[in-house]
Amino acid sequence: MLITNRQALLDGIRDGIPIGLGYLVVGFTLGITAKHAGLNPFQGFLTSILNIASAGEYAGFTVIMNDAPYLEIAAITLVANARYLLMSAVMSQKFSSDTPFYHRIFVGFGVTDEIFGITVAREGKLNPFYNYGAFIPALPCWSFGTALGIVAGSLLPSSIVSALSVALYGMFIAIIIPPSRKDKVIFSVVFVSFAASFLTEVFFNFISPGTRTIFLTILIAGAAAIIKPIEEKEKSDGA
Amino acid sequence: MEHEIYVYIAIMSAVTLAIKILPLTLIRGEIKNTALKSFLHYVPYVTLAVMTFPAILYATNSKYSGLLALVVGTISAWLGASLFRVAVICCAIVFFSELWILG
Repeated sequence: MLITNRQALLDGIRDGIPIGLGYLVVGFTLGITAKHAGLNPFQGFLTSILNIASAGEYAGFTVIMNDAPYLEIAAITLVANARYLLMSAVMSQKFSSDTPFYHRIFVGFGVTDEIFGITVAREGKLNPFYNYGAFIPALPCWSFGTALGIVAGSLLPSSIVSALSVALYGMFIAIIIPPSRKDKVIFSVVFVSFAASFLTEVFFNFISPGTRTIFLTILIAGAAAIIKPIEEKEKSDGA
Repeated sequence: MEHEIYVYIAIMSAVTLAIKILPLTLIRGEIKNTALKSFLHYVPYVTLAVMTFPAILYATNSKYSGLLALVVGTISAWLGASLFRVAVICCAIVFFSELWILG
């Protein structure tokens, strides 16, 4: 069954609207962190439109906040966004061989957890226009949301900022908990990560949060990959 | 501030765009290496878990409201609440617990 590019675009816009609403809120709270790190609204907008990555941007802002070496922001971005490597690889398998090459670049630009989710949920080969449709509400909400958080974050009372500050963590929880319920190994990985992160923070608090994330990710994900390598049948469960 | 913010942004954006675009443009066949696939499979869970805890305790005005948000958010996600809903629930928990009990 062949659907037109126009229909794919409209489907993408429809599915992108709820994503955009979520991005507006999360982008806003990310803006509060960006402001703490010393970014102005334009810098926040720029970071968000180029990265479109909640965890990765958050991690980057903590590096900027600590005025850490440039190498650290490269390393933490690589680690925090490593999952996009896998998502991009999965999406490469869904491209039809007769789709022009440049579409791979633009689709890759807009890989996020949510857009990856709706893309792989669609049957058949990937139509890039579906992704472009989803970009239309999602990307502006994300990047303007960040800029808005930097502008208005300081105007809000401390109780509201305190409440909004956990939105991002809520999103991270929503990404890691459902797979933990389905998969005992992921459950263990998440539990060990929580415990190890806490203990590292208590006993080695001279290590910066960025370095701690890199170190623990390589250690725990590496150990999990050795102890419980994923089987072929689970390959589609990679998000 | 010793470092330039625009340089930070340029570096992180270059790394992110490379991560997102390179596999899509370079990989034509299927990834076969099990060790690499497994490592990438576990990375997001570790990274996000490490960044969430204990940081969530220090993000809010009270450590206890952060802890409560973690617990309730985890239960909501476990029961199948969407990403957006979990985020909203966590915010509401912090707001009302600080307003009524911990404030």
